[in-house]
Amino acid sequence: MINFQYARPNEVADAVRQIAADPRARFIAGGTNLLDLMKSDVEQPSRLIDISRLPLKSVEETPDGGLRIGALVPNTDLAYHPLVESRYPLLASAIMAGASQQLRNMASTGGNLMQRTRCYYFYDIATPCNKREPGSGCSAIEGLNRMHAILGTSESCIAVYPSDMSIALAALEATVRVMGPGGERTMAFADFHRLPGDTPERDNNLEPNEIITAIELPPQGFAKNHSYLKIRDRLSYAFALVSVAAALEMDGEAVKEARLALGGVAHKPWRVEAAEAALAGQPANEASFAKAADIVLSGAKGFEHNAFKIDLARRAIIRTLTQAANGTPQSQSSKKIR
Amino acid sequence: MTMQAIGKPHSRVDGRAKVTGGARYAAEFNQPDQLYAVVVGSTVGLGRILRIDAGAVAQMPGVRAVISHLNAPRLAYQPHKGGTDPANGERLHVLQDDQVRFYGQPVAVIVADSLDHAERAAAALAVSYAGETPVVDPLDAKVQPVAPQAGRAGADRSRGDADAAFAAAPVTVEASFDMARENHTPMEPHATIAAWSGDRLTLWSKSQFVVNEQAEIAAIFGMPAANVQVICPFVGGGFGTSLRTWPHVTLAAIAARQVGRPVKLVLTRRQMFHTTGHRPRTLQRVALGATTDGRLTSLIHEGSGETSRYEQFVEALTSTSGFMYSCPNVRTRYRLLPMDTGTPTFMRGPGEASGMYAVESAIDELSYKLGIDPVELRRRNEPAIDEAEKLPFSSRSLMQCYALGAERFGWASRDPRPRAMRDGRLLIGWGVASASYPCFFSPASARVRLLADGSAEVEAASSDMGPGTYTSMTQVAAETLSLPLDKVRFSLGRSDFPATPSHGGSQTMSSVGSAVRAACLAVQAELAKRAVADRRSQLFGASIDSVEWREGRLSRKGDAAAGPSYSELVTGAGGSPVEAGASAARDAAIAKQYSMHAFGAVFVEVSVDPDLGLVRLRRAVGAYGAGRIVNPKLATSQCIGGMVGGLGMALMERTALDPRDGRPVNAHMGDYLVPVNLDVPHLEAHFVEEQDPHVNPLGVKGLGEVALVGMAPAIANAVFHATGKRVRELPIRIENLLDV
Amino acid sequence: MIAPTPITLTVNGETVAAQVEPRIHLTDFLRENLGLTGTHIGCEHGVCGACTVRLDGEIVRGCLVLAVQADGKSVETIEGLSDSGALDELQAAFRDRNALQCGYCTPAMLLTAHELLARNPTPDRATIREHLSGNYCRCTGYQAIIDAVEIAARARAGAKS
Repeated sequence: MINFQYARPNEVADAVRQIAADPRARFIAGGTNLLDLMKSDVEQPSRLIDISRLPLKSVEETPDGGLRIGALVPNTDLAYHPLVESRYPLLASAIMAGASQQLRNMASTGGNLMQRTRCYYFYDIATPCNKREPGSGCSAIEGLNRMHAILGTSESCIAVYPSDMSIALAALEATVRVMGPGGERTMAFADFHRLPGDTPERDNNLEPNEIITAIELPPQGFAKNHSYLKIRDRLSYAFALVSVAAALEMDGEAVKEARLALGGVAHKPWRVEAAEAALAGQPANEASFAKAADIVLSGAKGFEHNAFKIDLARRAIIRTLTQAANGTPQSQSSKKIR
Repeated sequence: MTMQAIGKPHSRVDGRAKVTGGARYAAEFNQPDQLYAVVVGSTVGLGRILRIDAGAVAQMPGVRAVISHLNAPRLAYQPHKGGTDPANGERLHVLQDDQVRFYGQPVAVIVADSLDHAERAAAALAVSYAGETPVVDPLDAKVQPVAPQAGRAGADRSRGDADAAFAAAPVTVEASFDMARENHTPMEPHATIAAWSGDRLTLWSKSQFVVNEQAEIAAIFGMPAANVQVICPFVGGGFGTSLRTWPHVTLAAIAARQVGRPVKLVLTRRQMFHTTGHRPRTLQRVALGATTDGRLTSLIHEGSGETSRYEQFVEALTSTSGFMYSCPNVRTRYRLLPMDTGTPTFMRGPGEASGMYAVESAIDELSYKLGIDPVELRRRNEPAIDEAEKLPFSSRSLMQCYALGAERFGWASRDPRPRAMRDGRLLIGWGVASASYPCFFSPASARVRLLADGSAEVEAASSDMGPGTYTSMTQVAAETLSLPLDKVRFSLGRSDFPATPSHGGSQTMSSVGSAVRAACLAVQAELAKRAVADRRSQLFGASIDSVEWREGRLSRKGDAAAGPSYSELVTGAGGSPVEAGASAARDAAIAKQYSMHAFGAVFVEVSVDPDLGLVRLRRAVGAYGAGRIVNPKLATSQCIGGMVGGLGMALMERTALDPRDGRPVNAHMGDYLVPVNLDVPHLEAHFVEEQDPHVNPLGVKGLGEVALVGMAPAIANAVFHATGKRVRELPIRIENLLDV
Repeated sequence: MIAPTPITLTVNGETVAAQVEPRIHLTDFLRENLGLTGTHIGCEHGVCGACTVRLDGEIVRGCLVLAVQADGKSVETIEGLSDSGALDELQAAFRDRNALQCGYCTPAMLLTAHELLARNPTPDRATIREHLSGNYCRCTGYQAIIDAVEIAARARAGAKS
């Protein structure tokens, strides 16, 4: 790890001023991903601006009945928050599906959005990687790419975004509040993360001089019919090969409204509104779910070692929608899949 | 004897130190004025170093030395082959030339005044190479298999005419298996602190074999072994990776000598995947022929394993195939696949675990072809003797293991048809496999001191990577001396203690235990000799043959009265500790009379989600015949740990090499998956009553390895029973089962 | 040059003031500066869990926390928690059940189990397993650890009633 300056502002505005003044500075909150990347020399910031003590740690109801989550609320606190557990259990479940207790205690809500890919080659500075070093090439496309993307890939990058929490936030249509030198703005969750295209070095649309201040959830929490299913090579504490967040509003045996987002398959949470629309008004059965899955995966493309993920994703979507429709969400403590 | 220290479930004597953070591992022996070293590894997988730009790095803050082949001392590298070094080939001579033989090979070492400064300099060191594409895939057409030149399992063996018998057999199975490379991945990284004092070197170094590390480093530096001291009281998990002395130990010693200060060198987790050995990937073919009533008529087992270009790593891949089953026609063949990789090494259950995966899977396939229960099939082919060596077994309880395991598991209620057992939508599979591992016994020595307070100090070089050497040796000494456990203090992990063999191959209990017992008997004899010669002793003048030890007291034979205690005798002899040492070795004649192995039977239940391809282990029962169990509490735990190692082998562990440059891409604890707590269901380990008077004076067979062997094939067999699909590669992963 | 940063924190109840380079992580600070070597380093990447310490009462990966981030906070390690008796039941149960072999993961495992029992005094085995899944153990096969945590939970419940 290189050495760096360390600063700890007390106000959000001060943090924004500091980051705007130094393009090589980085914010650090929980640090659970950033420090790991720094140890591997993937990130080499000149300065760490410690935002962990900024007053962004509250969870509050919004006037419209939604929820505003401060960017520095630790993952553990958020997952166990009574309002999240009761009204947005999909979010609680997705958080608990990720990492370990120690990491969730440190990791922040905003930081979770900023997680970088776990691509082996991105992490190994001895290899070419367009995301780490633009123009150097992609080692994964012709390399060992079992964990890599099947949707939204480009010729320069096939990395996947590894968050669990964000998959639920995408399904719940959260919005992201950010503060920059010019003030605050909001972004729809779908607009926050990017596809790699020919600029894979950019994971998201946050400007370098902006800070995430909060995540807002709309009132509709799909508390009754939801599930977050994470498919991985062991039962706990591994990144997803495929994960699915499903949220349904049911009308008897039929789906009234559906939300569906996938993790582990693309450079961002993968949500296809056409698939959700295709579910609306349909009976909650395997045929409907399979049809939605086919729409989600219509453009999927596999590589040498990960083509199986297309089939796996299709099956996982069907299973997760079934769990949601039945009101039997995936448990993240026993992780027995039903 | 009333103490009965052996055989009781005593809690481990090092427990307190370990639950309070008091146990000190190699990296925790910081020395005054210590500097820090960081290894720079090659970023090509084959080739030559063209240039090392040491000048710029030498100017960086805190840097004290940049050592590469350009300026490293020419080391003696005298011949040395320890018991865990490959018999053929020559070890890597680190920093002695410009050749790169495998990815991650050390090409330089940086010494600086802090770890951070050393790391920065290591990251900044520019090394350019003339790189070539290495050959690292055993399936690569460029790989030329070679017959191993030597080794305990090297020779191809044959009895009868296995090929003709196979061709003539009414029922046959023929199958090929591919098992992934594994890395030991112990919790503690390799670490060495090296400190020179004149021409004497002290190494606080993670090692399962301190006396070999002493001898190896002495040979490398061309110095007397007596000038090297290796200290390692605790090993944070080894599983074989700390048996050999890897290049980083030499690098630490070079660095410390170059800067004239103690140097600490800890490998990064990534480097642990480069230069500290691995279980070799293996390719195997098994062909079985049988009569329609399930008698084996032919067993052909051919296998090959990775090795480096500079050493032949030989493991016992095919050796159990000669004696597991009664079969008149057996042919085994073992080849090595030299490639551009570091030399593999022993990893828990080396050879047997890989070889029995293939054969026990094939036997399972045969059971379905015959329509015979797999346990019954093994019973029908249970040999009366070791048919390969034509020797009786010293003891063999395999069928008792099957009986006990089957009963505890409830095997009788198994529906034999694949896909017949279900739990809701999940497919349930029950699988079984045999396990075996030889009973090794290598010469060992120990020393005992009896103190005036009546307590005993026992010393042996040895090692305790976790199974409980401290505890079991304390038990052996306590039992032999008839002392309570807390009157015995056992010390290990120093090369100046009496020499012992490697802490591997499940031989510590047999070898070191026998030496400790012998040393305890020797000190008793010494004390008795002194007592009968001591005018002040009540036993003065008695003949040695007329006295005996009873419950820690020296008494006259036939006299019920208790004689003097250790304390009284030591005090009476002036109060100075009375010391004796002894060695133990296997009687060579006995070794020629018996075939000696531990055996086990492993039963598992898996579920397979047919939609998602997910395999879950649901429960497992292992039953082992491993001679006398010194400490059932520790032994059970050791077996369960071994079973979970087998679970990793079956479903998770796989070091993946990028064929373009030989880089292990998942050289990270987050990417090299091992079982975590939630992956592990209820497991049971049971021991059959087994008395083996031949293996060694303690009657112990060793447990560490046999506990891992058998688990992976049992799981693979259960996956077939659940799904009807035979996956012949390990680990079995989701993509293997999406079509069931 | 980067100037060392002054920090003041509480370690096992005692105030510690130090000048540290910002890049020094908490585990290195505890081990190398304070000699508290009961906190181990296994992977340096926040994966294996061996570096677990308590920071303001919550367990964290010490290798993924900078010492400067702990400024003004309270840190507890295996040494302090052993001395205070906070882990008595767990330590006794770990020894009694042989829930340790090489011992390298053990201090961290104890801290993680301790946090679980503080949150949930009567966890079922699946909950224990999930909560401890961020702490690798390569020796024990985990089973004895689960047994020990259950026993300690019962001991604590008994002590309270």
